Amino acid sequence: MPVEIPVEKWNGQVHQVKLGGAGGRKELVVGGENTLPFLKFEGNIPHRPAVAIEVVDQPPQGWAEPLVKAWGNVLQDPAAWAKKAAEYGADLISLRLRSAHPEEGNTGADHARKVVAAVLAAVDLPVIVLGPEVAQKDNEVLVAASEVGRGQRLGLGDCLDKNYRTIGATCLADGHVAIAKTPIDMNLAKQLNILLSDLGLPLDAILMDPTTGALGYGLEYTYSVMERLRITALMGDKMTSPPMICTAGEESWRQKESKATAGVPQSWGEQEQRAILWEKITAIGLLNAGANVIVLRHPRTVEDVKAAINKLSA
Amino acid sequence: MALTGIEIYKFLPKTNCKKCGFPTCLAFAMKVAQKTVNITTCPDLSAESRAALEAAGRPPIQLVTLGSDSKKLEVGNETVMFRHEKTFFHPPGLVLRVKDNAPADSLQQQVQAAAEYKVERVGRFLTMDGFAVENTSKDAATFAKAVEAVKSKSDLPLVLISQDPAAMEAALAKATPGRPLIYAANKDNWEKMADLAVKNKCPLAVSSNGALDDLTALVDQVSKKGIEEIVLDPGARDFGPSLSTLTQIRRLALKKNFRPLGYPVITFPGEAAASLDTEAMLAAQQVAKYAGIIVLDHFSPALVYPLLTMRLNIYTDPQKPIQVTPQIVQIGTPKATSPVCITTNFSLTYFAIAGELEAAGWAAWLVVCDTEGLSVLTAWAAGKFDAEKIAKSVKNFKIADNVSHRNVVIPGHVAVLRGELEEELPDWKILVGPREAVDVGGFLKQNWKN
Ligand code: SF4
Repeated sequence: MPVEIPVEKWNGQVHQVKLGGAGGRKELVVGGENTLPFLKFEGNIPHRPAVAIEVVDQPPQGWAEPLVKAWGNVLQDPAAWAKKAAEYGADLISLRLRSAHPEEGNTGADHARKVVAAVLAAVDLPVIVLGPEVAQKDNEVLVAASEVGRGQRLGLGDCLDKNYRTIGATCLADGHVAIAKTPIDMNLAKQLNILLSDLGLPLDAILMDPTTGALGYGLEYTYSVMERLRITALMGDKMTSPPMICTAGEESWRQKESKATAGVPQSWGEQEQRAILWEKITAIGLLNAGANVIVLRHPRTVEDVKAAINKLSA
Repeated sequence: MALTGIEIYKFLPKTNCKKCGFPTCLAFAMKVAQKTVNITTCPDLSAESRAALEAAGRPPIQLVTLGSDSKKLEVGNETVMFRHEKTFFHPPGLVLRVKDNAPADSLQQQVQAAAEYKVERVGRFLTMDGFAVENTSKDAATFAKAVEAVKSKSDLPLVLISQDPAAMEAALAKATPGRPLIYAANKDNWEKMADLAVKNKCPLAVSSNGALDDLTALVDQVSKKGIEEIVLDPGARDFGPSLSTLTQIRRLALKKNFRPLGYPVITFPGEAAASLDTEAMLAAQQVAKYAGIIVLDHFSPALVYPLLTMRLNIYTDPQKPIQVTPQIVQIGTPKATSPVCITTNFSLTYFAIAGELEAAGWAAWLVVCDTEGLSVLTAWAAGKFDAEKIAKSVKNFKIADNVSHRNVVIPGHVAVLRGELEEELPDWKILVGPREAVDVGGFLKQNWKN
């Protein structure tokens, strides 16, 4: 007797979101699936998850040795860094305007314009621009970035509950996609999408960032919130249906497991392999939970995660 | 899944003959459901009905136990597709494969290193679960000797890998008692392998590379031999097939109550991986997506530490957050002038703040209050993180003995507690810190004078 493969009938689907595709920028579409991650036997998955590489607008402080070693001189120059990232196979660039942070340079709109223009000129990939994670400064530099990239469909973030009006309106005005970030909570994620929709921003101009917990540092919370968001979207809830983006690189490389060179238990093993694997496993976990864009740091992670995505999508 | 009296009744002869000592079959069924009387007390129950009843009464995914009582590995008996629906119960066993034709001393070294490995995380020791000995030599005596060698270094559960029943028999002689998993019965050798499993009272893996139909047929065959503890190898190896096939098997078992595939699955991530890291990534996927036993081809601390952490994360009960012990935690090497920060004992909150302090290069005294594992806002809303509680922690942990200053930083989310806290702790100056852990470095830089 042949075994009948059980297939779920989902009513909803993940929104399709386009980045780039205008102003000379390559087009990247994510989302659009009407089934759980990579389950091609049951549904349609028009676009595989995309891999972004993180670029910072000034030489990063306190980055772990394996990262510094892997990138070398380009850490001094965001445009060269972005170019190198493209060579390493990035589908898009995630540019962090860290220098605008009051504690780390306090640069302003002028500097943001220059850096964003330089990165946009260096690569033809889609670009996400992220602020320094300080509300007023975020608004200042992201509005500047938005103007520079007008019409090129950038991603702009973080768009939070406290600044969604500014970022949402800017995205609407300049044709960008909002990176809507909420703290590991399904209802807050949904609420922010509703607020942005009320503002007039269409759901295909939103990527949800559910906040990434790294392996060992809350991965399971992010994992389950993402699964719940995705299941709710597939059951037909439009307000949870934007694709999801996860900052796996940033979060995993902040942890002691990635940074510590000495003074850790022997059972942690050799640092470089442990650190890179920490990022790779964080990434593969979140991809299985529904990440549509995964933002990474180490070139070797990018290589292996892309290979895994290809195999999962084949 | 325990059956109700009514469900049991359906399988009984329904003659009300009273031979069981109860007035009716239904009355008897009720007592069986309460487990006060055994089903075998009814003399007229046919063997067929009894088998059907037992099948109906077992969980949708059978629990399979490897190893001896003191060092056992239990896998299976999962009840949900997604951990948020309830929890995942039995973490997949991580076992290391060794080859029987490896030189004896290198084999023993591998086994010893993996068997002795342990790493601490949130107060628990994470370890490997066993070894898979493969009959690579195709020689029965070599196989048996290798099993002996492994056993001389470790008493962890074993998986015996051979397609040859004669070699398996030789290895079993060395491995039992101790309930090794016999891997595997296939369409050619199943009858002999099943006999070995029955004779040695061992769980049996069945393997088929074809469609699930073939695997199902094979399970049916070995089940008829009376084997209850079965492990499935559907042959899916790489990322894509593993995810699809293991999802299908889990769904068939849980959603369709499809008995023949209601067993844990064994995976071999190394067979599809070109590098050590890829093997670990695939294994990590299989931790989340439905493996019961994961056979690794490589062991090193840097490989298994992230993997064991992944398993700990995914198998944490979502309803019972991992708590940190309430205490003073020293971040770095704090001095008498270092900051004192208050936090909750919800593990995620604790890790976030501890991680940020560390990342920002601060040495600090972190006072972890007992909020019964709730986060700052939730605990505050539930009345488990109030001024009184914080003051009590500050006093009981005698933080004043450690520092020369009297400044304490509370989380920004409970800024409202400042006034009350000033009354509770009259000697202390209360500083309201940032709402988010990520901002603590910047906050201290601006507000803390060493
Ligand atoms: S012995 Fe069996 S058939 Fe007779 S009454 Fe009891 S349950 Fe019913």
